[in-house]
Amino acid sequence: MSTPTVKEILRSIAAGETKARDWVEQSLRAIREIDGRLKAFLLVDEEQALAAADRIDRAKMYQHAPLRGVPYAAKDNIVTRGVRTTAASRILENYIPPYNATVIDKLQQAAAVMVGKTNMDEFAMGSSTETSAFQKTANPYGEDRVPGGSSGGSAAAVAAGLVPFALGSDTGGSIRQPAAFTGCFGMKPTYGRVSRYGLIAFASSLDQIGPFTRTAEDAALVLNAICGHDPLDSTSSRQPVPNFADGIDRGVKGVRVGIVRHLPEEGLEPGVKAAVHRAIQQLEAEGAEVVEIELPHMEYAVATYYLIAPAEASSNLARYDGVRYGRRAEASSLIEMYERSRSEGFGMEVKRRIIIGTYALSSGYYDAYYKRAQQMRTLIRQDYERAFEACDVIAMPTAPTTAFKLGEKLDNPLQMYLNDIYTIPANLAGLPGASVPCGFVDGLPVGLQLIGRPFDEATILRVAHAYEQVRDFAWPKPVLGVAE
Amino acid sequence: MKITDETVSHVAKLARLWLHPQELSQLVPQLNDILEYAAKLQSVSLDGVEPTSHPFHEVNVVRPDVPRESLSRVEALRNAPDQDQGMVRVPAVLEGGGGA
Repeated sequence: MSTPTVKEILRSIAAGETKARDWVEQSLRAIREIDGRLKAFLLVDEEQALAAADRIDRAKMYQHAPLRGVPYAAKDNIVTRGVRTTAASRILENYIPPYNATVIDKLQQAAAVMVGKTNMDEFAMGSSTETSAFQKTANPYGEDRVPGGSSGGSAAAVAAGLVPFALGSDTGGSIRQPAAFTGCFGMKPTYGRVSRYGLIAFASSLDQIGPFTRTAEDAALVLNAICGHDPLDSTSSRQPVPNFADGIDRGVKGVRVGIVRHLPEEGLEPGVKAAVHRAIQQLEAEGAEVVEIELPHMEYAVATYYLIAPAEASSNLARYDGVRYGRRAEASSLIEMYERSRSEGFGMEVKRRIIIGTYALSSGYYDAYYKRAQQMRTLIRQDYERAFEACDVIAMPTAPTTAFKLGEKLDNPLQMYLNDIYTIPANLAGLPGASVPCGFVDGLPVGLQLIGRPFDEATILRVAHAYEQVRDFAWPKPVLGVAE
Repeated sequence: MKITDETVSHVAKLARLWLHPQELSQLVPQLNDILEYAAKLQSVSLDGVEPTSHPFHEVNVVRPDVPRESLSRVEALRNAPDQDQGMVRVPAVLEGGGGA
């Protein structure tokens, strides 16, 4: 079975060769065939997806819709009206949202068809999708390997060819790292580019929704549909949104690609380093100018992040008290009800982060931890401002390793957190970043990360697209999946 | 500074979490590792550096004050674990109020 791109599906439907229903049926068939072992989906809504496809095939109003008939999946922390949304947590096990996230409404207007909701780390806390309360997703390139996290279900679904695109969310690398681990293109847009209305909050100053696709060009098509100001999200930006597909094929002649002079390399696998190095050489051969830059505070990013993100999480997750929605435990007093509902409903990683966050924000420790982290965030942001005077886009590995084994890092949270060392800084600075597949080591994918100036997703997409045209490594078929 | 079982239990209480003794014994060393790692930040002089709370700071972003439709009471209550006469029911807050 071939696995078409978003662009190919759109062309085929526009030419009258196929209908939306054909693609949705193909996607549902692939899910039925593969997902029993892959476990990328928490929910598949066949009936609703087929009804939506038929509606799109019938109605004239969708004839020129930009994503007409394209099936997709959404991470289960993006709320969907009438469709169970759990954030992979027991505390929201039976939650059926009464409203749609803005991105879901926008994709509906663009005539894309949601086929289901994907597995993730509970409340997006994790780098392996193993903290999901419901199931562990496999990596399509190795059944014993993690798909990365926290958007591992979305990444695996695209990598296995079950859907041509999926939505994820990225708080510290949760789109880019799983994209790297599964051989997808994954992009975190600039903070504020995509509305967070309806995204179940983890760390509000860092979270951003973005797409997983097979190509940079497909990501451009999805971003065209989901970006833009939303009055329902006070942090959403009013910056004009360009057509990201325009000029994507302009090549890289004259584009200055920054490489970090003292990149922290502890834990960086030689095979990953070599693949990223070769990708940068190929960009240079295409006419990019490679310049060295400094990001002196990068080594502090993980420590900064693991104080700020839990602090915001401890505040955001205070809303789960068993009163208005979510799990409620039997109790004889209100306080006991809060404590028992939360203790039964949250998994260990969520509890760990709530406690770190509460500790970092508590009286006596606020200055030593939280405030210092926020000051460090300023220095990290300023590093990038200086770096972008010398270059147009920064290139580095997405993750220091390829996909690790299921269970390998689960008992050592600090080791798990250190896997995010290359992705976290862009979240702290609010910058756009993408991961583009750049090779395989022992059959497992490697990602090249590209980070851009605020609101300059276009340059990232242009560089990624240029690289996709010249990459020449052998791309093995996934062990689990229909992708080719 | 090492954090102890007592500190973690106290913080958990503040966060309205109850920890099983087994969870506590697992959490304390992990939290110590994480906080020891976070102590990296103490080695850098940050005097006079303004904290960043948001990457792109915008002040007082408000939408026009126009009434619009909201969720109906029925929709808003649909996910409530317990309800009575259009309201969410919870255990009594004041002593002597009886249970839920």
